[in-house]
Amino acid sequence: MAGVATQASLESAPRIMRLVAECSRSRARAGELRLPHGTVATPVFMPVGTQATMKGITTEQLDALGCRICLGNTYHLGLRPGPELIQKANGLHGFMNWPHNLLTDSGGFQMVSLVSLSEVTEEGVRFRSPYDGSETLLSPEKSVQIQNALGSDIIMQLDDVVSSTVTGPRVEEAMYRSIRWLDRCIAAHQRPDKQNLFAIIQGGLDADLRATCLEEMTKRDVPGFAIGGLSGGESKSQFWRMVALSTSRLPKDKPRYLMGVGYATDLVVCVALGCDMFDCVFPTRTARFGSALVPTGNLQLRKKVFEKDFGPINPECTCPTCQKHSRAFLHALLHSDNTAALHHLTVHNIAYQLQLMSAVRTSIVEKRFPDFVRDFMGTMYGDPTLCPTWATDALASVGITLG
Amino acid sequence: IVCWQSVSVWSVAGRVEMTVSKFMAIQQALQPDWFQCLSDGEVSCKEAASIKRVRKSVDRSLLFLDNCLRLQEESEVLQKSVIIGVIEGGDVMEERLRSARETAKRPVGGFLLDGFQGNPTTLETRLCLLSSVTAELPEDKPRLISGIGRPDEVLKCIERGVDLFESFFPYQVTERGGALTFSFDYQLNPEEMLLQQNGTQEEIKCVDQIKKMEITGCNQEITSFEINLKEKMYQEDFNPLVRGCSCYCCKNHTRAYLHHLLVTNELLAGVLLMMHNFEHYFGFFHSIREALKHDKLAQLKELIHRQAS
Repeated sequence: MAGVATQASLESAPRIMRLVAECSRSRARAGELRLPHGTVATPVFMPVGTQATMKGITTEQLDALGCRICLGNTYHLGLRPGPELIQKANGLHGFMNWPHNLLTDSGGFQMVSLVSLSEVTEEGVRFRSPYDGSETLLSPEKSVQIQNALGSDIIMQLDDVVSSTVTGPRVEEAMYRSIRWLDRCIAAHQRPDKQNLFAIIQGGLDADLRATCLEEMTKRDVPGFAIGGLSGGESKSQFWRMVALSTSRLPKDKPRYLMGVGYATDLVVCVALGCDMFDCVFPTRTARFGSALVPTGNLQLRKKVFEKDFGPINPECTCPTCQKHSRAFLHALLHSDNTAALHHLTVHNIAYQLQLMSAVRTSIVEKRFPDFVRDFMGTMYGDPTLCPTWATDALASVGITLG
Repeated sequence: IVCWQSVSVWSVAGRVEMTVSKFMAIQQALQPDWFQCLSDGEVSCKEAASIKRVRKSVDRSLLFLDNCLRLQEESEVLQKSVIIGVIEGGDVMEERLRSARETAKRPVGGFLLDGFQGNPTTLETRLCLLSSVTAELPEDKPRLISGIGRPDEVLKCIERGVDLFESFFPYQVTERGGALTFSFDYQLNPEEMLLQQNGTQEEIKCVDQIKKMEITGCNQEITSFEINLKEKMYQEDFNPLVRGCSCYCCKNHTRAYLHHLLVTNELLAGVLLMMHNFEHYFGFFHSIREALKHDKLAQLKELIHRQAS
């Protein structure tokens, strides 16, 4: 089952994670990632800038919000503008002028999101381009090759991704293939000293398959592990159990990246379960629908109730939008014919996520994470006991009780 | 639609019948430093307006002005605000002169010359009209014009006594994916200017036909004062939009990156281009002021006209 590990992969992978504090009750940890473009404090939320840009906001704005790592997408960038051009531009950092860290996804997720345009074989994923109908084969080698050209600080293996709602033999096939593809990625990786290749644990919602995947992949000495194949259409009850299973079997001294998780409640619970890194399009996408994230949920600023509300989105928020603009102004902008409101809301929502993670981290370092969780749930749901069942169960499983 | 009581305007909330009292109520709420008076500018939207219609536009605008001035006098809140009188009169010299003389009799803070916007050929035919109008206006009050944005047209208006320009020009350039690159540095000799523009002169020759672009429903033509970053030739151009420009975009990004953002329809394209286009355009106006101060307007004019297609 295990692919032949080459000499290079048996050499000790860099230990990029330094643990600073651990919660004595739950599995929550605070740490520091040491990456080529600087240190990143964990737990961390990574905004998604798919096509070498963060949806309307400048790199200067992103830097000012305290963001030190964000995502780019290999599938999209591989098509436009293409790896050769980006390489000429001094990598993705140079091309988009981002001085901090970048993580690139392998293109695997597009297999699910663009499923009608893709076909999976042992060789790789064959995509039909939506732009000109041409075909590309994204193999583990090709994905790593593109990511080597992009020069991101963390690169992801190409995994065989199936939707979490799929059952049956396809899930098992995808899990074993992902292991084989991990080995192919490791072998193809030309820049292990400059770029950290993460493995992605698959296995769907099947505990046995996931356990097998964990056992096999942790034999490979990669700098970090991602938990994949979740955050799709599965029930939250199944979701948290797979996350908890994964973190229980992943090494403590390497970062755990839970892919596609972004709602505030999910972030807090999954930190408790032992995850360090998160990414999601949710905050930036919801901004573009006029929704502002707040500790009690979200504000749909297009609604008439905000027409004459002259307070900021959140008086406690330190972002430029909340410092300068009122809900009423944003409401008016949302009903005008220009995109200004979207930019302001994108800034705020990213700030919200980053400030949340920062508060989580501080509470872990100050040894009061369980209290933080109770306060958070209280604010979000009115009372800690009104928190959704799955979250209550998940937290209880790691020793945090609400109410 | 204009009548003696109101001017109808279309807003995001639908049609609004703007009477003088409604108009002034809005001004009271906004508390602007200057505001353009309500006027009848409909003749400039019509192909061939009759003398009768033109006459009416002048009469109505004067009536609106007198009513607005009266309401302003009665309003404490608007004491600090300044009314800008609007000169109407279409393309009829007699009416233009009448509008100018009559408006100048009122205690306005400045004058807006309405109805001179259009395409390049229409401005050309109206230049004589423009000179005649400004000749009637007091030297010590500013003259504003709206809808004139092309650098060569701006200079023509300045020569004929215009002081302030309100237009969408930099925004329109941004919306079509363009970056202003024309030179306004009249101190440079032609060779240095070529170097500074990174071969923009050649690009101007390449853009052989003026292309008509349909962008957000308005037919706007690409000018020779800009480069179209959607063009494939910029795909691997790692130069800034304009070498030496100190705007955020030029200090941080390349033409290749802007090209990518435009091709992928990313929101950031407009953000970066707008920053550059404003800075460049403001720089142009700064050079106009400098040229006027040092009596070098002719050199600047020559430079700009060399770049006009």
